[in-house]
Amino acid sequence: MSSDPAAATLPLSVHDLTVAYDRKPVLWDVGFDVPPGSLVGVVGPNGAGKSTLLQAVMDLLSPASGRIEVFGAPYRKMRHRVGYVPQRESVDWDFPVDALDVVTMGLYRRIGWCLPVRQKHRDLAIEALDRVGIADLARRQISQLSGGQQQRTFLARALVQDADLYLMDEPFAAVDAATERAIIDILREMKNRNKTSVVIHHDLQSVPEYFDYVVLLNMRIVAHGPVAETFTPENLQKTYGGRLTLLDEVAEAMRRRERSL
Amino acid sequence: MSGDDRTLRTQPRVQREPFSASRRLRGAALILVLCCNLSTSPCVFAHYSPSGRVGLSGPERVSWSARPIAALLSPALAGELLTVDTAGDPSRSDRSLAGRSLDWPTWRQLRRVLLLQDYNTRVVVLGTTLLGCAAAMVGSFTLLRKRALMGDALSHATLPGIALAFILATLYGGDGKALPVLLVGATISGLLGVATILVLRSLTRLKEDTAIGAVLSVYFGAGVALLSIVQQMREGNAAGLESFIYGKTASMGRADIRLIATAAAACIAGCVLLFKELKLLCFDDAFAGSRGFPVRRLDITLMALVVIVTIVGLQAVGLILMIALLIIPAAAARFWTERLGRMFLISGALGAASGWLGASVSAVFSKLPSGAMIVLVCTAMFAFSMAFGSARGVAVRAFKRRRLNRSIDRQHLLRGLYELLEESSTADDANAQRHEGVRLEALLRKRSWSRPRLLRQIRRCQDDLLVQARGNRVRLTRRGVIEARRLTRQHRLWELFLIHYADVAPSHVDRDADAIEHVLEPEIIEELEAILSRSGPALPASPHRLDQPDPVPPAEGS
Amino acid sequence: MHLWQHWSWQIDGWIIAAGVLCAVASSLLGNFLVLRRMSMLGDAITHAILPGLAVAFFISSSRSSVPMFLGAVIVGVLTALFTEWVRRFGHVDEGASMGVVFTSLFALGLVLIVQAADNVDLDAGCVLYGAIELTWLDTVSVAGAEIPRAVLVLGVVTVINALFVTLFFKELKLSSFDPSLATTTGFSAGLLHYLLMVLVAVTAVASFESVGSILVVAMFIVPPATAYMLADRLAPMIWISVFLATVAAVSGHVLAIEVPRWFGYRSTTTAGMMAVAAGALLALAILFSPRHGVLVKFLRRRRLAWKILADDTVALLYRLQERDPEAATDPNTLRGLLLADQFSFRLVLAWLRRRHYIQRHDGQLRLTRPGRHIARQLVRSHRLWEQYLTSFANIDAARVHDKAERLEHFTDRSLRDELDAATEGAEQDPHGSPIPVERSEPGNHSDS
Repeated sequence: MSSDPAAATLPLSVHDLTVAYDRKPVLWDVGFDVPPGSLVGVVGPNGAGKSTLLQAVMDLLSPASGRIEVFGAPYRKMRHRVGYVPQRESVDWDFPVDALDVVTMGLYRRIGWCLPVRQKHRDLAIEALDRVGIADLARRQISQLSGGQQQRTFLARALVQDADLYLMDEPFAAVDAATERAIIDILREMKNRNKTSVVIHHDLQSVPEYFDYVVLLNMRIVAHGPVAETFTPENLQKTYGGRLTLLDEVAEAMRRRERSL
Repeated sequence: MSGDDRTLRTQPRVQREPFSASRRLRGAALILVLCCNLSTSPCVFAHYSPSGRVGLSGPERVSWSARPIAALLSPALAGELLTVDTAGDPSRSDRSLAGRSLDWPTWRQLRRVLLLQDYNTRVVVLGTTLLGCAAAMVGSFTLLRKRALMGDALSHATLPGIALAFILATLYGGDGKALPVLLVGATISGLLGVATILVLRSLTRLKEDTAIGAVLSVYFGAGVALLSIVQQMREGNAAGLESFIYGKTASMGRADIRLIATAAAACIAGCVLLFKELKLLCFDDAFAGSRGFPVRRLDITLMALVVIVTIVGLQAVGLILMIALLIIPAAAARFWTERLGRMFLISGALGAASGWLGASVSAVFSKLPSGAMIVLVCTAMFAFSMAFGSARGVAVRAFKRRRLNRSIDRQHLLRGLYELLEESSTADDANAQRHEGVRLEALLRKRSWSRPRLLRQIRRCQDDLLVQARGNRVRLTRRGVIEARRLTRQHRLWELFLIHYADVAPSHVDRDADAIEHVLEPEIIEELEAILSRSGPALPASPHRLDQPDPVPPAEGS
Repeated sequence: MHLWQHWSWQIDGWIIAAGVLCAVASSLLGNFLVLRRMSMLGDAITHAILPGLAVAFFISSSRSSVPMFLGAVIVGVLTALFTEWVRRFGHVDEGASMGVVFTSLFALGLVLIVQAADNVDLDAGCVLYGAIELTWLDTVSVAGAEIPRAVLVLGVVTVINALFVTLFFKELKLSSFDPSLATTTGFSAGLLHYLLMVLVAVTAVASFESVGSILVVAMFIVPPATAYMLADRLAPMIWISVFLATVAAVSGHVLAIEVPRWFGYRSTTTAGMMAVAAGALLALAILFSPRHGVLVKFLRRRRLAWKILADDTVALLYRLQERDPEAATDPNTLRGLLLADQFSFRLVLAWLRRRHYIQRHDGQLRLTRPGRHIARQLVRSHRLWEQYLTSFANIDAARVHDKAERLEHFTDRSLRDELDAATEGAEQDPHGSPIPVERSEPGNHSDS
């Protein structure tokens, strides 16, 4: 799958990852590679260990066995190349910062210790906010933004971070249609710049439309690969069990996509 | 006005000119300021009494005036500092603060204390034991409700109430020092403090910890300001006012014991009677509300229990001890069980035990203050529980984790060996492998494990007689083959289960269970086995190794 | 006035200086404690430094303040460390782990101090050291000027804290808001946390030595909490908290002198009154903060409720008259139909009459021309919504009323036109009532 020689090393490569809490296995011999410059959807039922997977990638919990490499090295060494978009609930929205402040935080590493945020950094942040379409709300305190706008703020922050691999935990959860559109546009644009995004996703219908690579996860990898080959009704049934209505919907979505191609 | 007035105002408390000599004493003074300020008993008391003597009402068994430091420490602390006076024996009590080193008790003294033979010890030990039990029981609910520091705020917030009650009672010609008056004042302002916290938390954007801290410090500041006024009242003679409310462990009398016993019994009874409701409140108040439980009233009841136990406790043993008794036993009990009922009992037992032990130790060793000893006994119990608690203790969790990791490693090794055997294409090959074993390199390629980790695991399995390692090769023993076959079969069945019952799988999968048969019904296993023999494993192999067809491993014993 | 007759800059000036410095130094750091939900750590540290003092005293066998200061700071940091350990390794929640740690350390300190007691003889006056009122008595000379020691120490601490907050402003902001991002981007959240803890301990010990613990704890928490109620960005929040801390310190001292006189007593403790003054400021902010104030929010909600009641009243009158021009419309019947309380209803009626939307005639209420216009718009919005919701959102016609009832109050002309277009100019709502047509009234009202 390696296409561009400059990015020959895989952005993310997971080997035999096993994670267990107490006696319960949560992830089980999970192994997959993410090709560079791809838009990857991680899909699976509730309790399938999707968030756990991201946490393990970011070294926030220690796996029972297995190895994770980010650009061919342990995460610790590569974390400056990784941007993370957390779940919206994980942040205190009453915190006294505005949208611009939040986005500027993505630039702090570039600014460095102790140096203040200067105008050019703010301009960069405004630019990023503009790209996600909420530049006019830059000075709003974050609790006064709607759910979709909050998500866009996070996305703008990830944009200015200028990472090569983005990990996103359910960015599409509870956002309006316009925001969903905006987010996916940005993701596509990042893909065009050869950035890789790994996105936890819960809406099966939109998978074929949004992603070009998919990881089907239910405690262990059910299938992974390009959407066209992997996102099949059989694999989905393996992942989700016999919820046929759901599968019908997905089949319908697949057909729609084929028509549109 | 005159210059005299000026002096009075800015320097109200200087009775001597201390500062010529004060510089070198600064350090020690610092300690004292600390004690006084922190223990909620502002130093003002100490030096307002003309002789530097702090009044403890009633028969004082400890001679105060001879001990400058004790005199300086205001009564609240003094309650914690004084040791339990063993026999009312004047010579002994006189030694209690003066001896340079710990006096080992004689056997007779020890027996007297342990058997509660003498009246004073009996009273004190009984009092602290009961109090410890009640506070710990109430504390286990506040802990689970994540309100552990509420007791802290509450006890600080009683101060303005005490001062105000005293002022009002005195102004209207009553006896400001009457215990009921002070207790009522303390209760009202304590409750007001808690109410303020709850209101701030629910109506404003302030978070709970900020609300607690703000209420604590502002109420306490107001209390200190009011107490300073109390000192100026002619009728005041308020020296030792707080000893009524803040701690006098050493001189607990029969009346105090009766008060403590009543309050403790009421609290324990309240907890037991409302156990089910309070449990629901702690677990999920939204759910409790939806089931028609009066959440607000229950919350108030819980807070009222905290108030009762705190105020009685303050009166008996002092502020810091009270906070400790509310928090530490409950937090320690949490390590031993996952069930509220048991936690409640364990917590009560720990509280009672530390009350009893702490007071006894203090009675035996004359130089150890009882209040502080009770807290330290609590702390020791907490430390032990945190390390070795059977449910959530650090050691137990670390041990479980290590065992889990090892068992996972073992499964990986055995399965890896077994699969290599399966993969060998020709019969000769297989035979060679079976007899000579698998090359280490092949195993290393099998999955992403580090060489040292693999070698460690091989050594461990060798100890269990599952494999034999010879030079660069690893071979399964007879026992090892059986175990490896069982593990591989189980693993594949689980995988199939994940796929064919994907919707329920995550809640059922329990890989560490000894056998899949213990978890799943026989019919399901049969069905899975049928599928397995028909189509082979359904999941893709990891991209990091070669894909190989995996035939069904024969079931055990075949 | 009594106050100014006896004011002495030599005394009161220094007292206020010490109070202000302590307040500013504490509240600078307090902002981050409040935002990180660690407010109680200041309280815990001030309690827990006792064993540090005692051990320092044992080790150095001297009463000089440097070892004591060091001992206190070390134990203060240990308090934060232990709290973190108990929380992380024991899975005990933050408040409880703090409670366990600080009470234990305090008890340990008490035991140690009792052992030390025999070596220390002191006389009562020394204890006064901690009182802010006596700040001016203990001076050191710096460059020829006599400066109270406390003011000097607190001044240094304030400068250090101010430097810390300025230099690490963005790092502190990031690590308070999103610690995991801070760590990912290379600003170790843990390092900043412990730097902050060291300074908290230093500030607590320094202030404590000169002005007492109540003031430290109060100033760590209360001015930042007040600023949090007032500000929506971090930098203004810090400035406001510093300003409020200053105000609280100054007014605290003035109040300590003045208030007791009203009741015929002499002055009271300045530190206590400073805490009270800070508390009063917090209470004011909680009630009247323009955006987050409780009273302000309450009034805003009330106003909305009244506006909705006014809308409902005219709409009800319109409907009643639409059905039967002679219908009884006396206020009490209306009130019963609207389920409104007496006070609100009267208020709303008075307002409607003042705006000339309704008039009273023989005890019956009638809509005026502008009133009818408003009512028609509302009823039109309502019925358009009903029509729209039943045909597009598949909501049962029987249940659509409540939704429309809510939406009608927030529907303006352009939205109505959109609805009208979406429902293809429907003339009847799902219940069969006619949808009034849009008419532009020449009346001089404004649709608020």
